[in-house]
Amino acid sequence: MFESQLFESPIQLLLGLFSGIVFGFLLQKGGVAKYQTILGQLLLKDWTVAKIMLTAIVVGSMGVYALVALDAARLDIWPFQVAGVLVGALFFGIGLAVIGYCPGTGMAGSGEGSRDATVGVLGMVTGAGIFVAAYNWLEPITMSLGNYGKVTVPEVLGVSEWLVIGSLALGVSTALWLVARYEPRATSDGLQDRHSWRSPERVHRPMVRGS
Amino acid sequence: MKNPFTARIWSPYLVGIGIGILSWFTFATADKHLAITLQYEHIAALAEKSAVPGIEQTNRYFAVRAQQGLSPKVGWYLMLLIGVFFGSLLSSRLSGDRSRSTVPPLWRWRFGDSKVKRCSFAFLGGALMVFGARLAGGCTSGHGISGDLQLALSSWIFITTAFAVACLAAFLIYGKEGRNHV
Repeated sequence: MFESQLFESPIQLLLGLFSGIVFGFLLQKGGVAKYQTILGQLLLKDWTVAKIMLTAIVVGSMGVYALVALDAARLDIWPFQVAGVLVGALFFGIGLAVIGYCPGTGMAGSGEGSRDATVGVLGMVTGAGIFVAAYNWLEPITMSLGNYGKVTVPEVLGVSEWLVIGSLALGVSTALWLVARYEPRATSDGLQDRHSWRSPERVHRPMVRGS
Repeated sequence: MKNPFTARIWSPYLVGIGIGILSWFTFATADKHLAITLQYEHIAALAEKSAVPGIEQTNRYFAVRAQQGLSPKVGWYLMLLIGVFFGSLLSSRLSGDRSRSTVPPLWRWRFGDSKVKRCSFAFLGGALMVFGARLAGGCTSGHGISGDLQLALSSWIFITTAFAVACLAAFLIYGKEGRNHV
């Protein structure tokens, strides 16, 4: 079935805009729209990125699989094309360490005002453009090591998806508990307060006041 | 209690729960999932389509994406991307956590405060990263959050490989000493 429409319905556009605003708002409040936070994670010092992603994955998997069980949603996953996924991950990882923003947090960083993020987003569109332009040459490469199709982890293991989700929840909780226990607490730029719901001034009450 | 919308930072667990619930919402309301780089690809593809007449006949990209139901268009994914910009703008405006910086502290410590140098590498790094994401079929959002929460094999292999490579690259680029500057 070929689709030719350039525009989707207004309700789809509004739903997309709303979802994007919430997503960008959450990314900024999470502090991950910043190069320093992304590199803090890659240098294994600030575990904010892992905490956000793993929590989102566990919470998301429960709800989405519940929706699928109720026939209210359907899965939409990418096939496991070995060469495409592995070579892509290699380029992605190197690029990420240089730019210090993910594709989504780069857009959020641009919204926050970081100019290097805005320039980075232009680079991202360019990278995507090279992919499109070179598609005829790239397609055989992505397929060269085999395509295992749209498979999920529970299918590969031959177990119930709820067993995988339960194990994941348990594993993630344990990992995050260990991270929170051994993570360095305070640094020069006030990392200590970053994970607090309260604003920094409530924690860093100026000593001079009232003395 | 202070208004949470004007707080500069929220608990990462709370943010994670929020993104998880947002995923339920996108699956239930639009039959879509959080994904970013597909849209960068669509923007580039639409630009190339208008710049090169007849590209749809010569470049297999357009036929393949049409078959997948992912033809470049102005739709949910474009609005998601635009929304991310404005959501972050709104959040940072409310809290005053605005950035006007071009050269972040760790980069300055390692490579100096040249804005041209930082922007050049941000551009190149971004291009390489998204080129890789399109080869693999997703990024931190499409694979890292949406694919992983659907327990897709491709996504779990992508995200573990990508983060392992990124950590290794970060230590090679910035060194262990760099940890004192983040």
